Amino acid sequence: MADHNGWDIRMENLVLGYDDTVVLDNISASLPAGKISVILGGSGDGKSTLLRHVLGLKRPMAGKIFLGPHSLFELSSGQFRKVRRRMGVLFQDGALLGSLTLGQNVALPLTEHTKLDAATVESIVQHKLALVGLDKYADYYPNQLSGGMRKRAGLARAIVTDPPILLCDEPTSGLDPINSAQMDKLLLDMKQHFPDMTIIVVSHDLQSLYTIADHVLVLHAGKAVYNGGLEPLRQTTDPYLRQFLDRSAGDMQTPDLRLGQEARDALRAWLDK
Amino acid sequence: MKKYSKETSVGVFVLVCLLCVGYLTIKLGKMEVMGDNTYSVYARFTSITGLRVGADVEVAGVPIGKVASIRLDTEDGRAKVSLAIRKDVTLSDDVIASVKTSGLIGDKYIKLSLGGSPELLGDGDEITETESAVDIEELISKYVFGGV
Amino acid sequence: MRTLAVLSEMGAMFLFLLHGLVNIFTSTKQLRKIVHQMYFIGSKSLLVISLIGIFTGMVLGLQGYYTLVKFGSEGLLGAAVALSLIRELGPVLTAIMVTGRAGSSMAAEIGVMRISDQIDALEVMDINPISYLVSPRFAAAIICFPLLTAVFDVIGIIGGYLTGVALLGINPGIYFYRIESSVNSHDIYEGFLKALLFGVIVATVSCFQGYYTHMRKDGVGPEGVSNATTSAVVMSCVLVLITDYIVTSFLL
Ligand SMILES: Nc1ncnc2c1ncn2[C@@H]1O[C@H](COP(=O)(O)OP(=O)(O)O)[C@@H](O)[C@H]1O
Ligand SMILES: [Mg+2]
Repeated sequence: MADHNGWDIRMENLVLGYDDTVVLDNISASLPAGKISVILGGSGDGKSTLLRHVLGLKRPMAGKIFLGPHSLFELSSGQFRKVRRRMGVLFQDGALLGSLTLGQNVALPLTEHTKLDAATVESIVQHKLALVGLDKYADYYPNQLSGGMRKRAGLARAIVTDPPILLCDEPTSGLDPINSAQMDKLLLDMKQHFPDMTIIVVSHDLQSLYTIADHVLVLHAGKAVYNGGLEPLRQTTDPYLRQFLDRSAGDMQTPDLRLGQEARDALRAWLDK
Repeated sequence: MKKYSKETSVGVFVLVCLLCVGYLTIKLGKMEVMGDNTYSVYARFTSITGLRVGADVEVAGVPIGKVASIRLDTEDGRAKVSLAIRKDVTLSDDVIASVKTSGLIGDKYIKLSLGGSPELLGDGDEITETESAVDIEELISKYVFGGV
Repeated sequence: MRTLAVLSEMGAMFLFLLHGLVNIFTSTKQLRKIVHQMYFIGSKSLLVISLIGIFTGMVLGLQGYYTLVKFGSEGLLGAAVALSLIRELGPVLTAIMVTGRAGSSMAAEIGVMRISDQIDALEVMDINPISYLVSPRFAAAIICFPLLTAVFDVIGIIGGYLTGVALLGINPGIYFYRIESSVNSHDIYEGFLKALLFGVIVATVSCFQGYYTHMRKDGVGPEGVSNATTSAVVMSCVLVLITDYIVTSFLL
């Protein structure tokens, strides 16, 4: 597996779900190597679910996932681990280990798998934390930080091994505009720095989509409703996609907002008590 | 600093515990400790009711050994008891062994009364003069129901 | 149907135990994690174990004295206290205390890691979560349970001394003489065997419940963790007492 020119990710007729509820039905798509692909979709549309399957944490109900030449669920466990070592992952809530400091969290893949001396590890960790703007927080524990900071630290951990495949679940949600922009810039810089790196970003942040995406996969109501470049998506006439991209509420009818008379009286009595 | 104190406290913990383990296994578990410092002599009794392996062997109230094993000698129907006696205690061959009770319903032990013979008992020898256990229950019931 | 579920859970737990045991000695880094867990299971339990031990011993001293004195055999108090501590109360009470202190938090900690994707994160970093999280806890429990039990026994004997000798006036020489002459190596062996088994049981059940929090049918998220913790404590205690009975009846 040394001859590495970047791996694309292909999904063939995937059916994904939990127990007996199907979340995504018959997804076929290809996410190109060396590019940033954005998986777009409303909340609950199955973006994280798709990611868990690409990571091999869950087996699909049907269909295949290819990472480069490898069909993920047909590998021996040894090969499977070898393939998975090539992925860096930022989970939706960071998934930092609560018992370790940020520095120890970021260092974890290195300390567990390499014999690098402490000073080298330390300098790598400092460098990666500086990339996400957290170099001053190496000695903090995850629960002493805000959600956005945990997310950035999670990204630092995901990229600490310079993995050929980087997967990020909603990297910008919960970040302030400046941090969001910095996160986008970081991803773009990564792409520039590692031309072979396949970057998959799950998001519903439109601004970030326009800034970073080369390729877009849109999931909606259990289907892949769009799979292609960013430019054609901008021009699309599909009603759902337009609604999504224009951030419009569409023709949704808000039902009567006011409470019934009885409930209002009861609440008034409580408020005035 | 933090790491240091955590490891130290584990060290202290293990040390304290090992002291307790040591007390339990060496002082209370004993057995092995006596090991080779004993020699064994035998004695036959018509009855040893209540005597158990591990019971003390005493001379003038001083413990000098333990009951090592108890068997039934099928030839004469008597109990053959093996006593492990400390090596530094010598017994003459006219010593008298008797099964005694400490307290009213206390443990049974073996009491040796020394004799005056110049001949000493060696490893594997037999004590010929013995007195069997007095069965207190039997005595009491004889007394109560008028057998005496 | 229900029995089948119980059986398959027991089977899964046994496999989990084996899995955890074979991963104890995967690398020298495990040693640090084991020491860390020993700090948590052992050092931090020492105080409460001593406290429970001394009061248990004192109660045994009182109860034993008033029972034995009726037969004029209060001289046997040392034997009564030491034998009940070493063979039964030491291992069982230690196991139940440590279940409450460490078993519950093992289940909760691992359960939280499960529902916040931390275990998945370990897996995608190619770090075996069993060997990273579970094995050090197994090793530490196997080491700490017998050690804590020994402390409990010794402190309990001292507690019995306090009431029996210092308070009620039994001859101190007799007290210790009776202990030494009645306890034999078989009793000590039985006590340590029990402590070892209880350590394995408590660690296995607690880690198992936490590790499979996400598979629970009776609650998801934080509720799942809380149910996992409850199950861990209840199931540990029940299994400890059942095992205690079985071992005792085999060894007597
Ligand atoms: N562990 C689970 N068990 C059952 N259903 C789940 C589970 N996780 C997610 N789902 C369901 O799958 C759907 C997609 O969830 P998810 O992939 O998390 O969405 P998102 O696109 O917001 O990341 C949701 O309807 C959710 O209810
Ligand atoms: Mg999600």
